Amino acid sequence: MERRDYIGIGVLLAMVIAVPFLVDNPYYLGVLVFTALNCLTCIGLSLLMGYAGQISLGHAAFIALGAYSSALLTTLAGWSPWAAMGAGAVISAVVAVIVGVPSLRLKGHYLAMATLGFSAIVHIVAIAAVDITGGPQGIGGIPYLSFGDLVLDTDIRFYYFSWAVVIIGLILALNLIHSRMGRGLRAIHGSEDAACAAGVHTALYKIQIFIISAVYASISGSLYASYATYIDPGPFDVMHSVLLVTMVAVGGMHRLWGAVIGAVLLSLLPEILSSFSGYFQMIGLDYSQDYDILIYGGILLAIMLFLPEGLFSGGRSLFRYLYQKFSPAEEEG
Amino acid sequence: MDQVGSGFSDFLQFLFMGLQRGSIYALVGMGYNIIYNSTGVINFAQGEFVVFGGLMMVTLTMTANLSIPLAFLLTVLFVTLIGVLMERFTIKPVKNPNVLRLIIITIAVSILLKGMAMCFWGKGSHYMRHFTGSDPIEVFGATLLPQTLWIIGILAVVVIGFVLFFNHTMIGKSMRACAINRDAARLAGINDRNMVMLSFALSAGIGAIAGIIITPIIQMDYTRGALLGLKGFGAAVVGGLGNSFGAVAAGMLFGIMEAMAAGYISSHYMDAVALLILLIVLFIRPSGLFGSADAARLREF
Repeated sequence: MERRDYIGIGVLLAMVIAVPFLVDNPYYLGVLVFTALNCLTCIGLSLLMGYAGQISLGHAAFIALGAYSSALLTTLAGWSPWAAMGAGAVISAVVAVIVGVPSLRLKGHYLAMATLGFSAIVHIVAIAAVDITGGPQGIGGIPYLSFGDLVLDTDIRFYYFSWAVVIIGLILALNLIHSRMGRGLRAIHGSEDAACAAGVHTALYKIQIFIISAVYASISGSLYASYATYIDPGPFDVMHSVLLVTMVAVGGMHRLWGAVIGAVLLSLLPEILSSFSGYFQMIGLDYSQDYDILIYGGILLAIMLFLPEGLFSGGRSLFRYLYQKFSPAEEEG
Repeated sequence: MDQVGSGFSDFLQFLFMGLQRGSIYALVGMGYNIIYNSTGVINFAQGEFVVFGGLMMVTLTMTANLSIPLAFLLTVLFVTLIGVLMERFTIKPVKNPNVLRLIIITIAVSILLKGMAMCFWGKGSHYMRHFTGSDPIEVFGATLLPQTLWIIGILAVVVIGFVLFFNHTMIGKSMRACAINRDAARLAGINDRNMVMLSFALSAGIGAIAGIIITPIIQMDYTRGALLGLKGFGAAVVGGLGNSFGAVAAGMLFGIMEAMAAGYISSHYMDAVALLILLIVLFIRPSGLFGSADAARLREF
């Protein structure tokens, strides 16, 4: 990790600790828990999109695998939630190999469609296999996670725990991109052929990154199951995968911090918009969650057209550009 | 299934259903190929063209009470215009096109179009009358809807038109030249940007036709785009990406396999069949059943 990363983590940690003193409404704490879970998935997805240059439209399916593994193994087989979470991660990793190997062996973006197809299959099975998954009714009574006697059954406890997981996940990911593998991946990004010629095992690295990002999503899903204690197929649809891609792209896919910022902004956006619903009514619009799809689509399109580096890097270069433009005295070359 | 029906008439019934669905996947797959050949990009908004075609047709025939041929023409023009606008406002302005960025842009456009479809037409599904009556024709104990004949017939017309256009018109030949080698085509005086726009227009038009002919049977709603698009893409890949005849054959194959799975196994998992074939083909023979392996290795999208 670089020095900037340590500063960033320090700032994030301080914010995580400070926020509950400002927000004590359990509803908003719940929103922040979901924000943390999205952050975790997006960190993994950012590794895939920004560093392996691949796009997955099936991360919601890995979240579903984690969530359903946790739910089924704890309620039916009586496993501890921790063991179930681990099992979910292993299952997701195996599935990632099965989906990833054929499509990442090919050049280009077959992975996008393979993951989209896989994600649709998972959703269909979650709805249709009523005997196992409960179908549209879902599974209830999933136990809370606990450390010995400390049960994570309140919003505030789970809030701290989920953000702790995010920070650990972020540190691991930051270490990864500054490792041999990370350098190899950046070389692939520059030129895949050149990297290949320099001895970087491109296909292997891409598959490893895909597995890691699937495990991140799976753990996020397991956490979701044990926080909500109830799951149904609803949240794991293709739209959610697209939303995750949007979060990463909006923040900036070439920086892990971009994924964190994108995930936080877009997870909080519906809340911000609904708090402005009064103003929407003033201009004759009746705001409802239905319009979120238009808003997300519009944001994604605008970012990709005008700020392809994302808010994090784009904002920085915009700032630099304006600074140079309006302070001719400091102009150099 | 009624008990009287013999094994053969059941089979025939499933076959009709398969041909009808397969024709749609074939058209959607062709739409992917047209844009893929000219830009190297998979257009994720392809399924949305189908939805817009279907829903616009519903509005024009059921609400505005236009005759079917007129509404058909207007709908295709309308969706073609959407395709052109999409290319002009979201694909053309991208200065240094990298494929990942273009793909994400088409994803964004597909979300936007889906949202617009929801705003304009609501969340419900829409009924549309069959082109020429809905009295089924009896064929060896199986029933065949006249609409199924229309669907297969229109697919045939589109395929023939496609062949004539790409082999016997100057514009079609220019588009093929661009697909083969863009720089060389430009040197020969072909305006490649216009060819890209034209490919979006054609692709949107074909998507619209697919939507129009299937709507009387499936009742269109705004969420259908993703799955139709995905199966159409499956047809394009299984047929060999860029190979339109492959897409038609693979689309038909998908439709028939799906209908057989629904008839003989379980209708719940019907949608998973085509996707499973897609994943298996990607695994075993990524160049597609009808594409050459060498060509596939060179392709990037």
